[in-house]
Amino acid sequence: MKVTLFIPCFVDMCYPKVGISIVSILEKLGHKVIYPEEIACCGQPAFNSGYWPETRLVAEPVLKRLQDSEVIVIASGSCGAMVKKFYPELFADTPLAEMAREVSDKTWEFSDFLVNKLGVTDLGAEFKARVTIHDGCHGLRELGTTRQPPRTLLSHVRGLELVEMTEAETCCGFGGTFSAKFPSISTAMGDVKCASAIETGAEYIVSNDSSCLMHLQGLLTRQGKKLKTIHLAEVLTSA
Amino acid sequence: MRDRESILERIHEALMVQAPVPGIGKDGAQPAGSAPPQPVSEEAAAEKISNWLPVVGEAFEDQVHLFAANSADLKTEFYLLGSQVEMLERLMTIAKEENWKKIGSHHGFLTDAAVAVLCLPVCETTAYYDVNDLESCDAGISECEALIAQTGSVLVSSRTSGGRALSALPPHHVVLATRDQMLPDLPSAITFLKNKYTTGFPSFISFITGPSRTGDIERILVLGAHGPKKLTILCY
Amino acid sequence: MNTSASQFTKDAERITRDLRHRELIQTALSKYVVARDAKKSRFQDWEEARQTAAGIKWDAINHLDKHLVEFAKNLEARGGKVHWAGNGEHAREIIIKIIADREAHSIIKSKVMTGEEIHLNEALEKAGYSVVESDLGEYIVQLRHEAPYHFVFPAMHLTRGEISELFQKELGSEPTDSPEELTMIARRVLRSKYITADIGISGANFAIAETGMISITENEGNARLTCALPKVHIALMGIEKVLPRLDDLALFLPMLGTAGAGQMMTCYNTLYGGPRQIDESDGPEEFHVVLLDNHRTRLLADAEQRDALHCIRCGACLNVCPIYKNIGGHSYGTTYQGPVGCVITPHLRGLQDWKHLSFASSLCGACTQACPVKIDLHHHLLQSRRNARSQKPVWWEKTAFKMFSIVANSPFIWGMIKPFARLGQMFHPLIKATRLDPAIAWTRSRELPKVAPQTFKEYWRKRK
Repeated sequence: MKVTLFIPCFVDMCYPKVGISIVSILEKLGHKVIYPEEIACCGQPAFNSGYWPETRLVAEPVLKRLQDSEVIVIASGSCGAMVKKFYPELFADTPLAEMAREVSDKTWEFSDFLVNKLGVTDLGAEFKARVTIHDGCHGLRELGTTRQPPRTLLSHVRGLELVEMTEAETCCGFGGTFSAKFPSISTAMGDVKCASAIETGAEYIVSNDSSCLMHLQGLLTRQGKKLKTIHLAEVLTSA
Repeated sequence: MRDRESILERIHEALMVQAPVPGIGKDGAQPAGSAPPQPVSEEAAAEKISNWLPVVGEAFEDQVHLFAANSADLKTEFYLLGSQVEMLERLMTIAKEENWKKIGSHHGFLTDAAVAVLCLPVCETTAYYDVNDLESCDAGISECEALIAQTGSVLVSSRTSGGRALSALPPHHVVLATRDQMLPDLPSAITFLKNKYTTGFPSFISFITGPSRTGDIERILVLGAHGPKKLTILCY
Repeated sequence: MNTSASQFTKDAERITRDLRHRELIQTALSKYVVARDAKKSRFQDWEEARQTAAGIKWDAINHLDKHLVEFAKNLEARGGKVHWAGNGEHAREIIIKIIADREAHSIIKSKVMTGEEIHLNEALEKAGYSVVESDLGEYIVQLRHEAPYHFVFPAMHLTRGEISELFQKELGSEPTDSPEELTMIARRVLRSKYITADIGISGANFAIAETGMISITENEGNARLTCALPKVHIALMGIEKVLPRLDDLALFLPMLGTAGAGQMMTCYNTLYGGPRQIDESDGPEEFHVVLLDNHRTRLLADAEQRDALHCIRCGACLNVCPIYKNIGGHSYGTTYQGPVGCVITPHLRGLQDWKHLSFASSLCGACTQACPVKIDLHHHLLQSRRNARSQKPVWWEKTAFKMFSIVANSPFIWGMIKPFARLGQMFHPLIKATRLDPAIAWTRSRELPKVAPQTFKEYWRKRK
């Protein structure tokens, strides 16, 4: 399959290892990875801030670039939701409405793609640690598809012990621009999440969404906590 | 009354634009401007609701078993008795244990017999009564419209249960019922009411599900907030 | 920033730092989740039940004029009086006139959120009437001169110790740390109020068009007594409370109980269809229903967000909202809190003044998932943001996003970010978390992520 990979802006800048891991997984499974270098951002910050015309300035070139893809995989629940769920809404009542729907139909979040499109559950990975999962809200509720796939994939990782935290499905508090507009609320939500994770005795919080992990790691590092964060793709490429 | 016209006018104006149909929405399968959900017949609507609500068995034994289980959860005392005599005996036992000095009740086939055996001063609520008199009663004894197995509820009304306050003011509410009053679920209870009263409904109908309670203090359950602290159902 | 927005931010800041509050609310609401999930699982199909409930409410709201007229006709046929109030002021006038005509003095109230909305208690007290709240939680916050913290659990934020102190101070009662004893104190005090009140004021959870009845859902029995003993019963309700048929209650009563309180049915679900009838031994001589618009028709006119009027005020969205759990009910500064409050308040009270409520959300969607009538709550917050900005953009923000689009669309400029960012990173520690730090909103409590030595784009270019 020719898989077009969409790398979120913060993954490109700060967490390239996540993208590199996904490339290596897809290539190992025998697929050709296409990476449109000119795509930088899905436009979610402007969208969530209420500036939809400005969002279209970013989203339209992205949409046109993705139009001819066979299948699109996005390395994050929130960007995945932007393209899959919100592009049709953003471009409704415009000449690009049809294109947005077509692109949406062939867009997948990464873990959902592996398990439910490719039928792959075991990547031969090994990661000796106790981990807990954070379910990113966009994947969980917008896409509605990402609760099970990460758990299925992690269950096949050798040496990995998965412990569920009580607040697994509770929002971490990032919420994009929300984290800067309402920092005290965002921080309180993150603290609740981190406390729940620490309670499990886990060494790592794993998630399919780097933006959530960026926020949680920011809190954990500032507070000098031992708990670390890691993206699902990086766990799956561990040996 | 001027507001009535202007409110209805605003509603009419607003509704000229159709809202998305639930569960389908703008980007879903329904094309724009398509018809809203078709109206369903009353029977079909009631049946549909029955399909989603908790399961209730068809046999009386299943229903009474469910009612008893629900009552236990709700902290309702439920007694299934063999005869009216047993019912009256149980009632007398309760009256003695709780040291009732005065009761509230209304005229009815079951309640008349109950009042007769208890031989206590009665505040009669069939016709006009003094509410201070009712307030000084230790228990209110009433009949009911029906028992509902699905939820462990007692259906009462101002016509069958001695008015509005008898089943709410005294600290102990005792319901006297017969087996044929057991209904399986909420849809059948509402159908029952509609069939019985057609358009001549009483002014007050209530689904009572357990003794009064509150969780307003630290979400801790306390019984007997304002309504009765105890609810007892005697059924034969 | 307008005053309600700045007050919100101030209050939210303060409460999020109150760890005792956080613990209390998390504990209370975790008990709710357990009870709710247990009852949900007893439904044969909770999701289908939601879909059916959503469909019934769609019918109710999208034929609202027809149903309201039918409701009024049927209630009036049984001796009830129906009043229509375009706004809060008219509603207050109507209610005060009814009371004045009866030369009444004392009023007992059960829980009426619409009453809070129109500041009814203040108006009644100003007119010289004494008003007592009979719901235990409402009674407690009334004694504290506070607004309700949650529309189902008004005193959720208080400990038993605080309530005991309150009762000692206001009622002269003995100190106790038993919730049971505290409840009995309130029960005893309120008993005489029920019996002597001239007027009972209630709300309504539903209004049944087919039969001309209102339905009230409660646990304590205070509404039962409020609507049984006084000679006049006035029910105030929003026009959106209508349901088409009596049969609909078979679904809505258990869904309201389950979603709202984790109970299959609350203790009392009561239908009031008129004043006492000729053969009835008690009940009010007069029954008035006041139908309130107060800008609900404005929300109705917004077809995209109209389903927010489907709300049955169960409080489920509050109970699952991580924002609500951390900032508490009072921070919202308005009658309706939590996600549904954030959606409807801009419509009821003005978009520009209240748009901050739609921004104060991470859009996690837990509310939409919890709503028993499938209101698209978190998407409505997004839509309100769009509406607020298109009505009145914040120019520097709009410009910044325009500039960002130029950067994002130009691989060359995008490529320039990294060297500048790495330079900034070198000097940032000097100003981190100080007033000079442009990223202070983040760095006050969090470390910034580091720009990678090699970005993904650089890696990809290298391997080609």
